[in-house]
Amino acid sequence: MKAESIREKAAHVLPSSLERMSHSSFWVNHVKNWLWVFVRSVLLAGISFIILYPILIKVMIAIKDPVDLYDASVVWIPKHFTLRNFLLVSESLNYPKVLLNTSLLSILVMVCQTLSCVLAGYGFSRMKFRGSGLLFGCVIFTILVPPQTIMIPTYLTYKNFDILGIITFLTGKPLNLIDTYWPFFISSILGMGLKTGLFVYIFRQFFRGIPKDLEEAAWVDGSGTFGTFMRIILPNAIPALVTVMLFSFVWQWNDSFFTGMVLNETGVMSSMVSGAWGQIMFYLRYTETSLGMDPLYASMIRNTAVLMAILPLIIMYLFVQRHFVESMERSGLVG
Amino acid sequence: MKQPRVGLTLHQRQKYKGVWFILPWFAGFLLLFLVPLINSLRYSFSTLKVNDNGFSIQSVGWANFKNALFQDEHYVRTLTESMANMAINVPLIVIFSLFAAVLLNQKFKGRGLVRAIFFLPVILASGVIAAVENGDYTQGIIKSASQTSSGEFALFRNLELAKLLLNSGVNYQIVQYLVGAVNRIYQIITASGVQILIFVAGLQSISGSLYEASKIEGATGYESFWKITFPMISPLILTNVVYSIIDNLLTSPTTQQIRDTAFKSYQFGLSAAMAWIYFVVISLFLWLITMLISRKVFYHD
Repeated sequence: MKAESIREKAAHVLPSSLERMSHSSFWVNHVKNWLWVFVRSVLLAGISFIILYPILIKVMIAIKDPVDLYDASVVWIPKHFTLRNFLLVSESLNYPKVLLNTSLLSILVMVCQTLSCVLAGYGFSRMKFRGSGLLFGCVIFTILVPPQTIMIPTYLTYKNFDILGIITFLTGKPLNLIDTYWPFFISSILGMGLKTGLFVYIFRQFFRGIPKDLEEAAWVDGSGTFGTFMRIILPNAIPALVTVMLFSFVWQWNDSFFTGMVLNETGVMSSMVSGAWGQIMFYLRYTETSLGMDPLYASMIRNTAVLMAILPLIIMYLFVQRHFVESMERSGLVG
Repeated sequence: MKQPRVGLTLHQRQKYKGVWFILPWFAGFLLLFLVPLINSLRYSFSTLKVNDNGFSIQSVGWANFKNALFQDEHYVRTLTESMANMAINVPLIVIFSLFAAVLLNQKFKGRGLVRAIFFLPVILASGVIAAVENGDYTQGIIKSASQTSSGEFALFRNLELAKLLLNSGVNYQIVQYLVGAVNRIYQIITASGVQILIFVAGLQSISGSLYEASKIEGATGYESFWKITFPMISPLILTNVVYSIIDNLLTSPTTQQIRDTAFKSYQFGLSAAMAWIYFVVISLFLWLITMLISRKVFYHD
């Protein structure tokens, strides 16, 4: 019964497909196609492995017991599984507090930076007068100048912070803003934070793609410039906003240049990771004398610390990545 | 009777209101960028001493620059090293990211997952995490342990391939370059997250009808890549080259040295001079590259 129906169908289909198959080019194409799919899969799998490798290696090191370090038969998969490393890092480096500090700082920077950049980007996309091109050239210029060039004056600015001599006049001496969050707030709200020029550029490209008719209609209906911006432009700019917010958050989280320069005392992730070694050695000497001086063990703990520093980012990425990839595609960075 | 126009038209008024939007950025540009930039230039011509109530400056002319270029034993070497590194890495990064973007733009099963993995370096490759990556004991042990089983064989194969290429008459320098690229594959892949993202976005914006038309005309995939994809994406190649150069330079050994000179040996003037030399070299390099590439770039409109 079944076979019959298949045969019937086959009889219907066969003549044309047989004819096609009889050409050698059909088979060549077929093989070519499969070969390409195979090569592509191998390539993609290989590259994915290279990208994931450091994370995998860190996970494997972090869940190992110290006993396994000297077991030559243990390379990847540990024999003694443990979560003690995580606990140790969390205690010795004060992880919960660092996590809170870093999250707060990154969120603060993200919000301020996005705000100043979306305003500037919109302004640049709509403003046309003599010199506006030059002004935008300044944005590009801020991207091109390496931050190291203005590093020392920036440091001194925050060390002796003063606005036109007002603070010296009031209190007798300028403010020292090193080791506070103020430098981050000031630089990001004024659009001069990390890679801010790039964000302004992204927003400007995006807003140039939004037709002006939209705003004109709003003006005709009696909406003011800022009202139009809030109610018409911003809701349309969500893809670009998401992209910039994610970049801004992540780059602040990972940044060691500006953060290392401005914050010495307050613990945030990037300084925690780079200073983890000494701190852990110090902690171990007072708690576990047997393991305290072992460089291998310390390295193991340091790997755990790095893993714990990037873990929140990875978790966040898992949730937003789909949105992120889509929004990047629609954010008009490509003109 | 036509009334004389008072003030500005609606459009003109809106244009000038744009200025208000730029104001915060502009204030930041003046106070936190231009002033420090000029100050930094000033410091590079002087010695700077930080004391309890601020700092004092003494002009020394070109001494800092002379010191950086002719006396400091590391600076010139580090600088050439960073520039050479960049000149090697940037083409590889751009080519790899274009290749990866073309792969990711095709339709296959699990594309979402693969894309998510490919863009992971955007998050992880920057800053301190990459810095800790090198020279770590435990990782080194695992690496060498894995190498005794498979890695050595791969290395061997790598050399064989190099020999094969040399014997078939490929230029020695090119072979060295390729072998070096294979060895630095991790560095290159992790540095190309953003570039892949930009290329993928660019590829999506190419209209599919172009490919359809060329297919009907009998073009192969290879031909349509060089005749359609490549010209359409060429403005982005320029963008990506510039981005890669800047990104590469942020983590170069020179920046590390500039930082150490300032904050470890407290030679602020010397550090500023080094930073300025660095900036001038980069600018020249960028200008040259942009001139060369923009000649070939195809603009659709």
